[in-house]
Amino acid sequence: MALLQISEPGMSPAPHQRRLAVGIDLGTTHSLVAAVRSGAAEVLRDADGQALLPSVVRYLPGGEVRIGRPALQALASDPHNTVASVKRFMGRGSQEFSAERTGYDIVDGEGMMRLRTVQGEVSPVEVSAQILAKLRQLAEDVLGDDLVGAVITVPAYFDDAQRQATKDAARLAGLNVLRLLNEPTAAAIAYGLDHAAEGVYAVYDLGGGTFDISILRLAKGVFEVVATGGDTALGGDDFDTAIVDWLQQEHGLASLTAVERRGLQVAARQARERLTDAPSAEFIFQAGGRELAATLDREQFARLGQALVQRTLATVRRALRDADLAIDDVQGVVMVGGATRMPLVREAVGGVFGREPLINLDPDEVVALGAAMQANLLAGNTSPGDDWLLLDVIPLSLGLETMGGLVEKVIARNTTIPVARAQEFTTFKDGQTAMAIHVVQGERELVADCRSLARFELRDIPPMVAGAARIEVTFQVDADGLLSVTAREQSSGAEASIQVKPSYGLSDDEVTRMLSDGMCSAEADMKARGLREQQVEARRLIEAIRAALAVDGDLLDAAERGTVETALLELADLAEGDDADRIRERIESVSAATDSFAARRMDRSIRAALRGRNLDELA
Amino acid sequence: MMSATTEPGPGARLDHDHFALFGLPPRFQQDRGAIDHVWRELQAKVHPDRYAAGSPTERRIAMQWASRVNEAHRVLRSPLLRARYLCELAGQPVQDENNTAMAPAFLMQQLEWREAIEAARQAADAAAFERIETELGDARRALVATVAQALDGEPRDLPAAVARVREWMFLERLLEEIDTHRP
Repeated sequence: MALLQISEPGMSPAPHQRRLAVGIDLGTTHSLVAAVRSGAAEVLRDADGQALLPSVVRYLPGGEVRIGRPALQALASDPHNTVASVKRFMGRGSQEFSAERTGYDIVDGEGMMRLRTVQGEVSPVEVSAQILAKLRQLAEDVLGDDLVGAVITVPAYFDDAQRQATKDAARLAGLNVLRLLNEPTAAAIAYGLDHAAEGVYAVYDLGGGTFDISILRLAKGVFEVVATGGDTALGGDDFDTAIVDWLQQEHGLASLTAVERRGLQVAARQARERLTDAPSAEFIFQAGGRELAATLDREQFARLGQALVQRTLATVRRALRDADLAIDDVQGVVMVGGATRMPLVREAVGGVFGREPLINLDPDEVVALGAAMQANLLAGNTSPGDDWLLLDVIPLSLGLETMGGLVEKVIARNTTIPVARAQEFTTFKDGQTAMAIHVVQGERELVADCRSLARFELRDIPPMVAGAARIEVTFQVDADGLLSVTAREQSSGAEASIQVKPSYGLSDDEVTRMLSDGMCSAEADMKARGLREQQVEARRLIEAIRAALAVDGDLLDAAERGTVETALLELADLAEGDDADRIRERIESVSAATDSFAARRMDRSIRAALRGRNLDELA
Repeated sequence: MMSATTEPGPGARLDHDHFALFGLPPRFQQDRGAIDHVWRELQAKVHPDRYAAGSPTERRIAMQWASRVNEAHRVLRSPLLRARYLCELAGQPVQDENNTAMAPAFLMQQLEWREAIEAARQAADAAAFERIETELGDARRALVATVAQALDGEPRDLPAAVARVREWMFLERLLEEIDTHRP
């Protein structure tokens, strides 16, 4: 059902060229890239025909970096320099992990933890950027051109710091992030568009290191997330660890070396994967300098994994409660993530929902496919009528610290994004001229139990008696689920405001520095890329404004229109040249000059939506 | 397919009230399906994803509008928030923090419920929780009917609406408590 036949700026596909955009599933265990080609989404394969890139990066002495399969092979033999499951560390501090359990040499970093390798300290963002750069290269090789952007998927339950870290990694890999998309939502897009599904669906997503449950309402053209829940530290890896712990107990292995632990972890995963098709799995491992053998059967594994599965089911029930829905309201359960191949998991999920889970799309590929479809939509390659709307939610509540270390919630979990909410606070001391603002995320009542996202100070509050100042703090969460906070004192008319980014995020300067350090490309290459990006951006802007003028040109008077036309011609001229900085400046000034035009167009668009479908009525 | 029931004013604006933004009459009784329908229709026009290829200005304006539409939807779809909002629009904010004066009878009743919840919690008595929940549900239904009459009736009885909305908020808090403590 097409709502209104107004074409939006940039939404009409440019007839002469398709914009290449990809979807990337940056997974704990492996990552992959997909794209829409000749109308259908497909995963892109490397020269060997492989779609899944193991999310493993190995740092060698002398500066060489290996990514994927060659790195995976060294996982057990070179544990300190070979980084696997780095997704678990994204946006996390060093105190949250014990070196003994992870097998890495973890060091403190500013905001985020770092790993010590033979090439020095690397942050999880840099490791992830290596994986993303590899996938970008693969996509450009297969598709034969530069990408205009990518949709990167994240677990729905990722908090702000983890999302920010993911976005930073993508920028570091030279990718233009069109959108961070929640993994279960991506899966729902792939499934829903494929099966013309309607009604309420649950997406159960158990990956290598993260678990998500999302409840969605699918209607023709709209994917609405009703509730989401999850655990960003629960996945297939934990089942492997449960096997390792059991083996240690069974064989009385008190301590293991890093190499042994890694070897055992690898053997445990292989055994677990074999149990998908076989009733039992035998395996051999090295421990305490000896070679040992063990057998794991499904019954024993079910006992080991029971508690983990129950944890996921408790989260499922809470998400249903949040959605205000009963089990019977759910029309289907889509299984996503390699770990849902475990019969143990399938049976438990089927039992809770009283129906067979849907597994007809490859659980390893479905997220990347959905992301590719969304990327294609955002790049403007779909025609009006064939498009859809995605309404996602914020997974965790956002709030502020108030007196006594308590959390005042500003935005509740499962609120549809984008969202802006303002709340008023006041001073508690006479003559107080500054206020410390501490932004936290989580469901608990005490600040100490929530994740700290950012701290900043609002200064220059005019001195007043306690309780007289009115400080409005505004939270804005964008469509990527990323937060910015503004504080403004308004009782006296004096205003001060500040924009914050979560403390784990890299500043723009840092990213620029890392990029120019040549992490992913040589400098000359970066420069050429930078210019090309500005040129593409300039043409994109010109095209967008021209399309807008064609539809709504009557909103401008002759003088205004003349100004815009002149600015466009000048920008087009500049874009032919090679001065990236001047192009960027002009893009900004043209953008600012069309501010009120854009605002007027939006007003008209809303009015049209409210008036129903009859365009003739438009004033 | 339904369409918006009232014509919007001279133009939808960011500072319009939620009802005007959604083209709905400013009253308590609403059709949830209609609210959701307008919400999706508006988001289809303003969501930032519609402007992913637009200029930075368009993307920023789209985000502001989409946030505004989501906020209106959040308030309009919830009967309690909608009732509070109507009181606020009429110039009588419910003032839940500063003004906690309640009818003595309701306060007594409230105290009894709270004690019953505490007793059920200590005894981990699921059946007792069930009973209290049913009772609270009945009380809520009665309150909602009174609020609807006070807000939508001719003439509107604003003081009564404010007082009942305040009691309603207490009930919701109790229902939440039951949810957290249920064995």
